[in-house]
Amino acid sequence: MGLNIFDIIGPVMIGPSSSHTAGAVRIGRIAGVILGEPVKKAKIFLHGSFAQTYKGHGTNLALVAGLLGYDTDNPKIKQALIEADNQGMEVEFIPANLGSGFHPNTAKLVLTGASGNTTTVTGASVGGGNIVITQINQFKVDISGDYHALIVSHEDKPGAIAKVTALLAEDGVNVAEMKVSREQKGDLAMMVIETDQEVSSEILAKIHHLSLTSSAIMVKPI
Amino acid sequence: MFFKTIGELVAYAEKERVTIGQVVLEKQGIQLEKSKEDIFRQMGAHYRVMKEASWQGINHPAKSLSGLVGHDGKKVMNRVTNGQSILGRFVGKVVARSLAVGEVNAAMGKIVAAPTAGSCGVLPACLLSVEEEFNVSEEKIVEGLLTAAGIGLIIAKNASISGAEGGCQAECGSAAAMAAAAMVEILGGTPSQAAHATAISLKNILGLVCDPVAGLVEVPCVKRNAMAAINALTAAEMALAGVESVIPVDEVISAMKEVGEALPASLKETAQGGLANTPTARKLEKELLK
Repeated sequence: MGLNIFDIIGPVMIGPSSSHTAGAVRIGRIAGVILGEPVKKAKIFLHGSFAQTYKGHGTNLALVAGLLGYDTDNPKIKQALIEADNQGMEVEFIPANLGSGFHPNTAKLVLTGASGNTTTVTGASVGGGNIVITQINQFKVDISGDYHALIVSHEDKPGAIAKVTALLAEDGVNVAEMKVSREQKGDLAMMVIETDQEVSSEILAKIHHLSLTSSAIMVKPI
Repeated sequence: MFFKTIGELVAYAEKERVTIGQVVLEKQGIQLEKSKEDIFRQMGAHYRVMKEASWQGINHPAKSLSGLVGHDGKKVMNRVTNGQSILGRFVGKVVARSLAVGEVNAAMGKIVAAPTAGSCGVLPACLLSVEEEFNVSEEKIVEGLLTAAGIGLIIAKNASISGAEGGCQAECGSAAAMAAAAMVEILGGTPSQAAHATAISLKNILGLVCDPVAGLVEVPCVKRNAMAAINALTAAEMALAGVESVIPVDEVISAMKEVGEALPASLKETAQGGLANTPTARKLEKELLK
């Protein structure tokens, strides 16, 4: 889309840092949506600069605020850990070295939901509040949070992608970007489709119930 | 597509006999597919967040999470209200407010990144104080924010507004350049004068490194906001008086990019060099990491 004036005078945010605070809120928020239910337990690994400066930048507060569903300009971010405690969310922060291939501002969130489901989401805050979700469970992905993103778990078989995109076309949804990742040939796979429009709940349900898919999640722009 | 250079932006504004702010409103409306009223309303909302942050920082000061900064804006404001300021009432208030907004940011308060969180005190301090001192309408100030945003957009494209890429000159320097241009137009200067104010303020801050103690947006960031605001006032004053920059603004922006690239990584937000590498900074860093 290119920069516009509200990237220059904006965003409205809770300080102190667009990358270490605002971006962290967005990573937490998307991770929570991907889990798809209230977070019961969060084990958060902090890499690079996040590991070094998370206390001073409130990165820990920001990530948890995201898990609680807060926006980047919510003044309650500062009290996020207290609120998490009130809601019975168990949180642990672990400074870690995830490896050389990771951006210096990376967080890996291992989330367990109220029903016992566990999802691991890794994301990087790449500057100015912009983020990239790089991994969901075993799959490499590329989600910016700037567009609507449809995340579909499916079998790596011919026709899976065509069936999903046909349903999107039926809904009048335009694909902006798309990435497919698989464990190995013929095994489990994940497609992430960033779209210009929101996918309707009816179409989302249809995608979810296709024979080759096992789940479909819609992440709104954050 | 927005203008590639400030030269083109100024030429267009002067040909159409409008302000840079009005050109930005027209062109961004097209890019964002929004009405002029919507853009004006959103920018107005941002201005009110700036006002609230300044008020908060002066009247309810807080310490940052690390405890390194806080309450300094109020200290300066007290001297101003007691009539003791060596800068005089107007400039004293600009200094107090730029510190206050930077402190609100450091204490996890609500601010507008302008252009970044680390440099968020400059525009609010200058524009709030101009609105108050010169009895300017809020509408005129919001138009000034559009001027600032247009200038910032071109700096971001042709150089950088990120400390990690270009050092503090890219953050506090860009903020000062944006504020200077805005003040010139708000106070009746021409687009060309606004461009000279941009050039002068950038020239005066060229080469400033980004060396935050313990990697936090606190020391020296908050006080550099005050310095950048004074730089903006000085540049605006000169430009309004008809003083011109010998080096044209777009060449200054290119120079800033070149200087930013030449700066070593240790002086670009990595907390490895400069003030971040002083014995005191290292000691503080150790204590904070405990």
